[in-house]
Amino acid sequence: MPDLLLELFSEEIPARMQGKAADDLRRMVTDKLVAEGLVYEGAKAFATPRRLALTVHGIPARQPDLKTERRGPKVGAPDAAVQGFLKATGLRSLDEAKIQRDPKGDFYIGLIEKPGRDAIDVLAEILPVIIRTFPWPKSMRWGARSGKPGSLNWVRPLHAITATFGLETEEPDVVKFEVDGIEAGQTTYGHRFLAPAAISVRRFEDYEAKLLDAKVVLDPERRKDAILTDAKQLAFAQGFELIEDQNLLDEVAGLVEWPVVLMGSFEQEFLATPGEVIRATIRNNQKCFVVSDPKAGKLANKFILVANIEATDGGATIIAGNERVIRARLSDAKFFYETDLKTKLEDRLPKFDQIVFHEKLGTQAERIKRIERLAAEIAPLVGADVAKATRAAHLAKADLLTEVVGEFPEVQGLMGKYYALAQGEDASVAAACEEHYKPQGPADRVPTDPVSVAVALADKLDTLVGFWAIDEKPTGSKDPYALRRAALGVIRLIAENTLRLSLMKVAVSALAGLSVKTADAQKLPSDLLAFFADRLKVQLREQGARHDLVDAVFALGGQDDLLMIVRRVEALGKFLDSDDGKNLLAGTKRASNILSIEEKKDKRTFDGAPDAALYSLAEEKALAKAIGEVKAEASAAVAREDFAAAMSAMARLRPPVDAFFDKVRVNDDDAKVRENRLKLLNEIRSATRAVADFSKIQD
Amino acid sequence: MDASLPAHMRPERSFQGFILALQRFWAEQGCVILQPYDMEMGAGTFHPATTLRALGPKPWNAAYVQPSRRPKDGRYGENPNRMQHYYQFQVIMKPSPPNLQELYLKSLAAIGIDSAVHDIRFVEDDWESPTLGAWGLGWECWCDGMEVSQFTYFQQVAGFECAPVAGELTYGLERLAMYVQGVDRVYDLNFNGREGDAKVTYGDVFLQAEQEYSRHNFEHADTAMLFEQFKMAEAACRKYLDAGWREGNRREHLMALPAYDQCIKASHVFNLLDARGVISVTERQSYILRVRELAKACGEAWIHTEAGGAA
Repeated sequence: MPDLLLELFSEEIPARMQGKAADDLRRMVTDKLVAEGLVYEGAKAFATPRRLALTVHGIPARQPDLKTERRGPKVGAPDAAVQGFLKATGLRSLDEAKIQRDPKGDFYIGLIEKPGRDAIDVLAEILPVIIRTFPWPKSMRWGARSGKPGSLNWVRPLHAITATFGLETEEPDVVKFEVDGIEAGQTTYGHRFLAPAAISVRRFEDYEAKLLDAKVVLDPERRKDAILTDAKQLAFAQGFELIEDQNLLDEVAGLVEWPVVLMGSFEQEFLATPGEVIRATIRNNQKCFVVSDPKAGKLANKFILVANIEATDGGATIIAGNERVIRARLSDAKFFYETDLKTKLEDRLPKFDQIVFHEKLGTQAERIKRIERLAAEIAPLVGADVAKATRAAHLAKADLLTEVVGEFPEVQGLMGKYYALAQGEDASVAAACEEHYKPQGPADRVPTDPVSVAVALADKLDTLVGFWAIDEKPTGSKDPYALRRAALGVIRLIAENTLRLSLMKVAVSALAGLSVKTADAQKLPSDLLAFFADRLKVQLREQGARHDLVDAVFALGGQDDLLMIVRRVEALGKFLDSDDGKNLLAGTKRASNILSIEEKKDKRTFDGAPDAALYSLAEEKALAKAIGEVKAEASAAVAREDFAAAMSAMARLRPPVDAFFDKVRVNDDDAKVRENRLKLLNEIRSATRAVADFSKIQD
Repeated sequence: MDASLPAHMRPERSFQGFILALQRFWAEQGCVILQPYDMEMGAGTFHPATTLRALGPKPWNAAYVQPSRRPKDGRYGENPNRMQHYYQFQVIMKPSPPNLQELYLKSLAAIGIDSAVHDIRFVEDDWESPTLGAWGLGWECWCDGMEVSQFTYFQQVAGFECAPVAGELTYGLERLAMYVQGVDRVYDLNFNGREGDAKVTYGDVFLQAEQEYSRHNFEHADTAMLFEQFKMAEAACRKYLDAGWREGNRREHLMALPAYDQCIKASHVFNLLDARGVISVTERQSYILRVRELAKACGEAWIHTEAGGAA
């Protein structure tokens, strides 16, 4: 079956857009093919800075013929309806229609046969539409045609389109279409500098090979592999190690069609600046890699750059030029760092009076005061020294006003630590300047130093309570203040450090510190708690754990100790994995179902203790006895926070519950006995509530 | 590069030769070579030959040097490459020709940057000027890791769609010349290409000015006067715009250029006030908006002039 080759050749496409554009192109073309009845065998898309390319192989040469039936008017309908039907179906007369009988009468049925079209004609129709509607994040107009409305929008000026279709064994045909004056053909171009001449291509195989001859590596994965291998090799040859950086690699591979890896150096003296600053400078501004010296355990005074040409001088000029720029950048960074060291962190704080954190939540200075107060309050709960936690909260944001952080926002916190250490702060205080931002995401480390933990919790809870108070909660995919991440951070800080904390109390206290008045201050802490419950569920789901159990535990009410909730959910999960657990859950649900039916029937509940005198069967008595014992035992275990013990106590309910349902008929003829047995069922439900609300658990 | 040039005129030897080479190159591409606009402005884009001429349907190809004043970037002459006054070389071609990238690369060759040994790259950079109500897409052009030019396809200027789109190139002249001459400090640039006693450096010409203007911009610029000047320029701009409509009919405008001068003035005065640190973060935004409103109104007037394409 024939294959399609499509290439869209343009001016330089931003590196960050290339991957998605290739995916979009593949998806849009193949979706459209399938929708047109052309089921293909495979497709692959590629991007370089100057081109998007797509190969789809095994496309049928023709669409299948389509047969559809169209129901027409009733037999004997007025002529206007008949004529309309004939026109719509293309039938010459009613003789060509079938008659179908259904309960409403006899109807004409027209059979419409639509012969399949040649795939190349279908392609000529769909490709220009896809090009015109391509979802670039940002697109533009250009050239003389942009003077008129309706000109093409593309990411950067589009220069050529290659589109061929045909069998491997034959000369392929050009898919004939044009977009904005650009005719599809079979001519593309090689590397901008190394082989700029036009190239005539037939199909994907010779296309890819000819491009390679013309110094273009089409496949971004191959470019990445080449860069990574060469960079490691270059570093290794000098006794260094490449510091790998996936995002940088992705970006750099999107900036070159013919990667040439070169190594340069900078002056040793710059290594006095923190390694992270050097790395940020070289990486962000110059898109170069850094290398480490494994013997010294720190950065080496080398960098690795990826050029786009094989220079005639072997790269000497390129290296010298990059070294020049990097030297200038590093001397700026060094200057920033040294300037920063001249001002104490606390001396920067008055500036925060002028900086608005959020128009409704006041200035940064106010926010810092709130965090200080909250950190001091949380400190004893997490085993942190109150004075240190307060000091750390006081200084933690100050590095935002330093030159280095102004230049490289990603080293915020880290620079705070360096500057705090430099001015002789306590090690925990300095660490908290960095770690109070943590954890930043699911993969980030959770701090363990109690001072860091106190400030991290205070920072996040102030944020959460503040944005809740001004009703800026996350909605759908929108979470501009990263509140979900903050809540997850709180959960992980508490769970991984096994902290005991009443979230309600802390939330109420954080709320009291806000100057903004909120309409439903009463509801806020429990609202926020529900948000934590949701985050916890998401987290458990991502870990592959049962998340429905979170609801079963929260439904008990009054649960605001995250650690206990997590423990309880874990114990419950384990219990429900056992046979005893599963059967008890089934038994409890059965009891609940019977109860709700009978409650509806009698329009009453069956609360209250059953009357022991009305027990007639051994199974009733045994169940009542077991409930009594288990309830007491489970409650005691819960009270000493031994949820596993509570669960094993629960497990002992299973045999009497099973035996009860096996032998005892609940709906006895004697109304009194029936009532008493329903009360006993109710007791099963209430006994299990010592550990969770079983009715919220999914089967 | 033109081999027939005398040594002191070669772009790699002299700053002035460098500028002349660029001018000559773009003159050969059919651009009118303009002289700098006679007002203080933050970037060559502010020149009416770019801002206003980018609007409307008429073709326009021009190139010129424009001194750029960035009061905040002053460093008292102590920083090797940051200055409150420097030169931009600006090219505008409307509509953007299909081979603008190739022309740009040839212009680099004309000033001695050979693409066989230099790594030249087009790296994404979306351009936006909040004060001009303008945006475009394009790149920063890198040479061996150094940003040497901005390349932009204007999409909108003064709040109006560009139809057709103009291509704009901005070369940072000092930076490029430093690279070509191989000096690390801008003040060491050879200005006139001569050697020995006859040599004049960039520092000879501009170092004292940098020191004096840094003092002025950061310490002494008269802020009361500047606040007043801002208001006056704003009011004058509005006044000329109102007065410029022929017979008040809003179909034809007769004073877009003088009105736009006042917009340029307001923008520079704002930059000075900003450098003096007397504009708060919240006020800053509102000043930018005020200049943008002037720019938009000037753009509106311009498209109702003859050169702006009004019938």
